[in-house]
Amino acid sequence: MNQAVEPLIRLRGLTKTYGKGDAAFQALKGVDIDIAPGEFVAVMGHSGSGKSTLMNILGCLDTPTSGSYRFNGIAVESLNPDQRSLLRRHALGFIFQGFNLLARTSALENVELPMLYRGISRKERHERARAALASVGLPNKERNTPAELSGGQQQRVAIARALATNPGTLFADEPTGNLDSRTTREIMELLCNLNRDLGITILMVTHEDDVAAYAKRVVHVVDGLIDSDVINEQPMSGQGPGAGGQGRGEEVGDLPEH
Amino acid sequence: MFWNAFLIALREIRRNPTRAFLTVLGVIIGVAAVITMVTLGRGATEAVKSQISILGSNLLVLRPGQGWGGGGRNVPLFNLADVQAITNQVPGVRAAAPMAQTMAPAIHLEKARNTDIHGTTPPYFGIGNWKINLGRFFDDEDVVKGNPVAVIGETIRKELFGNEDPIGGKIRLNNMTVVVIGVTAVKGQGGFGEDLDDNIFVPVTTLQRRLNGQRSKQNINQIMISAEDGYSGDEIIASVTPLMRERRNLRGNEANNFSVVDTRQIADAVSSSTKVMTTLLGAVAGVSLLVGGIGIMNIMLVSVTERTREIGIRLAIGARAREVLLQFLVEAITLSAVGGAVGVALALGLCTGISKLIEVPFLFDPKINLIAFGFSAAIGVLFGFMPARRAARLDPIDALRHE
Repeated sequence: MNQAVEPLIRLRGLTKTYGKGDAAFQALKGVDIDIAPGEFVAVMGHSGSGKSTLMNILGCLDTPTSGSYRFNGIAVESLNPDQRSLLRRHALGFIFQGFNLLARTSALENVELPMLYRGISRKERHERARAALASVGLPNKERNTPAELSGGQQQRVAIARALATNPGTLFADEPTGNLDSRTTREIMELLCNLNRDLGITILMVTHEDDVAAYAKRVVHVVDGLIDSDVINEQPMSGQGPGAGGQGRGEEVGDLPEH
Repeated sequence: MFWNAFLIALREIRRNPTRAFLTVLGVIIGVAAVITMVTLGRGATEAVKSQISILGSNLLVLRPGQGWGGGGRNVPLFNLADVQAITNQVPGVRAAAPMAQTMAPAIHLEKARNTDIHGTTPPYFGIGNWKINLGRFFDDEDVVKGNPVAVIGETIRKELFGNEDPIGGKIRLNNMTVVVIGVTAVKGQGGFGEDLDDNIFVPVTTLQRRLNGQRSKQNINQIMISAEDGYSGDEIIASVTPLMRERRNLRGNEANNFSVVDTRQIADAVSSSTKVMTTLLGAVAGVSLLVGGIGIMNIMLVSVTERTREIGIRLAIGARAREVLLQFLVEAITLSAVGGAVGVALALGLCTGISKLIEVPFLFDPKINLIAFGFSAAIGVLFGFMPARRAARLDPIDALRHE
């Protein structure tokens, strides 16, 4: 473990209990984990294992019942909802299995959304949104609404939205769950490139082994506890074996259009 | 933050303009109704006031008995000596004239018409603001001699004489025939809706001697008094009252058996009752505005439910709860304010049209427009708050899973 670099995320004794008394259900029973900046972690587990709860807490969408969660040194468990919103706004990006784009809204407007809340000027919003869409390979789809985009394209718009605010960390909740195998590959390669080229820390929930194979570290959650935490020596990527730092490979902008 | 919320709100409204329109329809109608009712009501009040003032300004009416009935059986009427006394003895009186009234069929050749016959003296025409169109008013000599002459109103002229020259024409009134010597200029409708041109004026002495058949000289129903400039109605009333008490032999503790009323008081009484009507109508219209607000609230609630997932997304990517609240609140206010603006415009059209239709003057009142518009915006705040708060309180995780 590289102690010189302060971990980006540090969980100690994290628990989460739903309900009270007899109906109480402990989703997380004491999780300890460190995640360094620039890591690409896959979190796996069956439904009911607590992995979604863990992700929600990590993504500052939920608060732990007990234990500590330090994000970049900030004690997240003691933040109030407003402060957590701000943390999400500035430091985190989210992509979801269901894409979660605003319906009847153009791709450009969707990508601009987080910037709108940040109070960024119209001109800058436009430029950054355009750049983000270009960087995920969709420069000509600015005006399309989600109904006019394929699943893969929608997810790319969602990724562009997540990137538009330059977050350091991306949370991906089953990002390829609704996509076919070819699109899955494309999206995963995109994520790998982001992780490698921009140094974005990626935390991804998945239940598919071949998707988890893209990550550099795989964490298994079973019954509210971390069951295993394994480094993936040879993660999958678009360029063949041994990804870490070997050659640049395709630029993200060269990704074929769907 | 507010500007952002406003932009986001506008964008949302533009997404579904039809629904937005239906949502604010209630507010549009409510605002238009309130403004139209109040504006037309004010116009009606002014119309009534000005119609009453057509009778003449600074005019007092002396009647027997208390109240409008004009007295019971045993209350004595007035006589010409009373008129003289008032003219000569009361300071500030410009002129006083008697009004003896009766109804009779007026017949000219084959045409007949039931009309009011007024017996009076020349000062009456000045007091009552009458102008002569053809011929002349009768003069003091006509009164002294009791000449059978008449001054007719325009309606009488039209009905009885048509295209014929009325001057010199004869009209039969019961057992008397009078000769027309003048036609008055058109006056139109009185404050109580009566036709002021449906009149025949004869000298009061003519009425007393020839028409009524009674020999009594004490048969004057009203005395009209006009005041000189600088004298208020109250001053004249204060002087006339003791004079009349004396003339009618009322002792110290007896109540007046006559009343002196300033026409301005009449105008105020009538206009205050129309004002009450206006307020009532405005209140009823205000209820419809309130209902419009309830409509907005319902649609906003539905909207929040429909957009739960969207709210979850906004919260997830970093919107604070109060920013979501503000977004929905601003949406509601924008909707209702736009509805208010449309309502104001609609009211303008309605007032213009209806005022022409019912012949009431259109008095544009910026105050009621602003109040109604302000109300519509307030409605947005009031009825938009609950749905907005509900939206802001959603848990992002649950909201994202919705639908």
